[in-house]
Amino acid sequence: MSALAAELQGHEPMAPEPWRILAVRREVADGEVFTWTLEPLSGRAATARPGQFNMLYLFGVGEVAISVSAIEDDGAVVHTIRAVGSVTRAMQGLRTGEVVGVRGPFGTAWPVADAKGRDLVLAAGGIGLAPLRPVVHAVLARRQDFGRVLLCYGARSPRDLIFRDELDEWQVRRELDLRVTVDRGTADWKGDVGVVTQLIDRGGFDGRNALAMVCGPEVMMRFSALSLHRRGVAPERTFVSMERSMRCALGFCGHCQIGPHFVCRDGPVFPYPVMEPAFRVNEL
Amino acid sequence: MRELLEILQGQSFFDGLTEAQLKLVAAFAALRSFEAGRYLFREHEPADAFYLIRSGRVSLESLLPGRQPGTFMTLGGGDMLGWSWLIPPYRWHYDARALEPVHTAHFDAAALRERMDHDPVLGYALHKRFTMLIVERLQAARLQHLDIYASGEGDVGLGG
Ligand code: FES
Repeated sequence: MSALAAELQGHEPMAPEPWRILAVRREVADGEVFTWTLEPLSGRAATARPGQFNMLYLFGVGEVAISVSAIEDDGAVVHTIRAVGSVTRAMQGLRTGEVVGVRGPFGTAWPVADAKGRDLVLAAGGIGLAPLRPVVHAVLARRQDFGRVLLCYGARSPRDLIFRDELDEWQVRRELDLRVTVDRGTADWKGDVGVVTQLIDRGGFDGRNALAMVCGPEVMMRFSALSLHRRGVAPERTFVSMERSMRCALGFCGHCQIGPHFVCRDGPVFPYPVMEPAFRVNEL
Repeated sequence: MRELLEILQGQSFFDGLTEAQLKLVAAFAALRSFEAGRYLFREHEPADAFYLIRSGRVSLESLLPGRQPGTFMTLGGGDMLGWSWLIPPYRWHYDARALEPVHTAHFDAAALRERMDHDPVLGYALHKRFTMLIVERLQAARLQHLDIYASGEGDVGLGG
């Protein structure tokens, strides 16, 4: 074990454990979004549930909260990261075989079991597809348990679409109704142009019997919830995933607070009515 | 006529209209199809119709001086297209082009508009629905131009 790994060894909730990067994958052309497959050096780790996050620690740089974007059968965990700040940008330079610290999993999960027997609407905006991808995997593994499944995915432009291979595969498998749109098309883009809420407005699900999970920028979640409501989905059956930067991730420091709620402990997945006050934006 | 009535009945846009109102609206409708590449209408032409897209995708395009026509929105099966027939000077503000074979219910809006002037109850019912559609499209356009997916400030990756 390396000195770094030894230093990271421990089981305290505040102490990161050493995990090795098994694979690095670029999600967009410039590599600003990338996916790591990680395995614990100890060989064992608590199993994350869809919607939860880990604290990823880069020695000497800092720690960030990153959602789980897939959970592998062998215990490996997948994280999809956008390089937006000093820590995530430094992470962009790491290669296969390097070791990072991991604490977690933390937080609440998407209520996948509650969607059984119902239509399920997943609405993802931008990198918001990453926290929802494990839900898609869970649903496809037990497809017969669910009614119609819609995945509405919006991104800024075609070059910003992540998980391209998997999107193609889902499109071909036809086990879910995949709808993809971009805010700005390009000359070679043959798909839809417009915002993700329009994909929801198009319907194709039974709103009264549907459960919805929404992840993306807050303004996108707010308008998606409105579209879902118009389509008959009860606000209590609409779930959103909130994003705040984290420090302790244990409900101690208050850094992630939204009103009375700690995103790290009470979230990140919340029923929409709990977060509705935080979402209020000026109407047109 | 019967087929058109059934099509309208299956469309949430018309939910809440009475049977008599639906029949009236259906009387102004006709099925119309467009091959891929054909224009449903062009910018500046008189706006004397609206459409219910039954299947296929339509690209809404606007010409910017010195640039290629750009798609600012695509519409598909179940979407309503066109409200310029409601607002003077009744001209289209953009092009609508079929991206693939498109099947529509086409409504003679100029005739319907006249009818609405003489039947304010129907007029109000349709106005309400088109106002809702305009608000939805305005909100969508606003979101589209906000660049909501731009990177935030925080070093965090929970999907926001
Ligand atoms: S990060 Fe400390 S309370 Fe949530």
